Amino acid sequence: MTVDPNVFLAILAMAAATMLTRIGGLLLIRFVTIGPQQRRALEAIPPAVLMAVIAPTALVTGPAETLAVLATALAAMRLPLLAAVATGVFVVAVARAMIGT
Amino acid sequence: MNRMDVVQEFSGGVKVMASLIVAVMPIGLVFGAVAASKGLSSLEVTLMSAFVFAGGSQFVAMDIWSHPVSWGALGFSALLVNIRHVLMSASIGTKMPAFSGPAKYAAMLLLADEIWAMAETRAAQARLSPAWYAGLAVPFYFVWVLTSLAGSVAGAFLGNPKAIGLDFAFPAVFVVLLMGFWKGRETGAVLAASAGAAVLTHQLLPGVWYIAAGAAAGVVATLVIDRRREAYA
Repeated sequence: MTVDPNVFLAILAMAAATMLTRIGGLLLIRFVTIGPQQRRALEAIPPAVLMAVIAPTALVTGPAETLAVLATALAAMRLPLLAAVATGVFVVAVARAMIGT
Repeated sequence: MNRMDVVQEFSGGVKVMASLIVAVMPIGLVFGAVAASKGLSSLEVTLMSAFVFAGGSQFVAMDIWSHPVSWGALGFSALLVNIRHVLMSASIGTKMPAFSGPAKYAAMLLLADEIWAMAETRAAQARLSPAWYAGLAVPFYFVWVLTSLAGSVAGAFLGNPKAIGLDFAFPAVFVVLLMGFWKGRETGAVLAASAGAAVLTHQLLPGVWYIAAGAAAGVVATLVIDRRREAYA
């Protein structure tokens, strides 16, 4: 159980950078007035970020991942979150075994 | 708000977060195991998860980990990976009238993707209270830190998480959350723009610029739709 001073410094740098991004949005909305158009733009952010995070997995990683993303999306229409996630994990494992990664 | 309400709101937050808490466990374990394989001690792994608390950037850090470590490169990459938090905190920040000034900033220190998404979901249906937010964030935080530690100790025993599809738990959670934001054709345009920009950027640029590009494209799509609507009105 040791902590290398260089590693500790790196962890602090990562923590400071991350903290800055977390506080940044609050500072932003203090200095920018939010009208109806700005509000609509802000409302587009959540789905746009989520889509961007999963897009490479969904579209260009491989057929197994694309299939599993589709299966998860379909399952999400009917099932609660954990069941839909389990469906996705199951489908990706089976698809990778069958068609390779 | 009386004490009963606070308890009820807190456990309400914990309840909706329960499945995500389960989903993050394998991710924490995998992170700890990967970090241990890069030569980090269990204490270092725990400190990183406790101070940074941002899975995506921690995995990227392990990708670019070197000996000796370069704090500048790691800090900069964390900034890039987490730049999406600026948009998230700007978005959720407008939905926190129940929070005092300091409470708002304190809450933002624990802003992770999953917590933010559940907070947005709550804010769309009801008033987001500090107690509800704490229910979302606090247990999730401790599970992340503890499973990272457990993963670093267990290390080699875990085997390859990819073989049983566990690495897919994280994107699967995002797919489910994304389905909840569907509001009709306009959302379709935002998603198409975001997906297109993200994939293109992902193929062309190294690192995690694709997340920023997708978010920006989604916002631009909304603005274009807005302008058109005004032109026809």
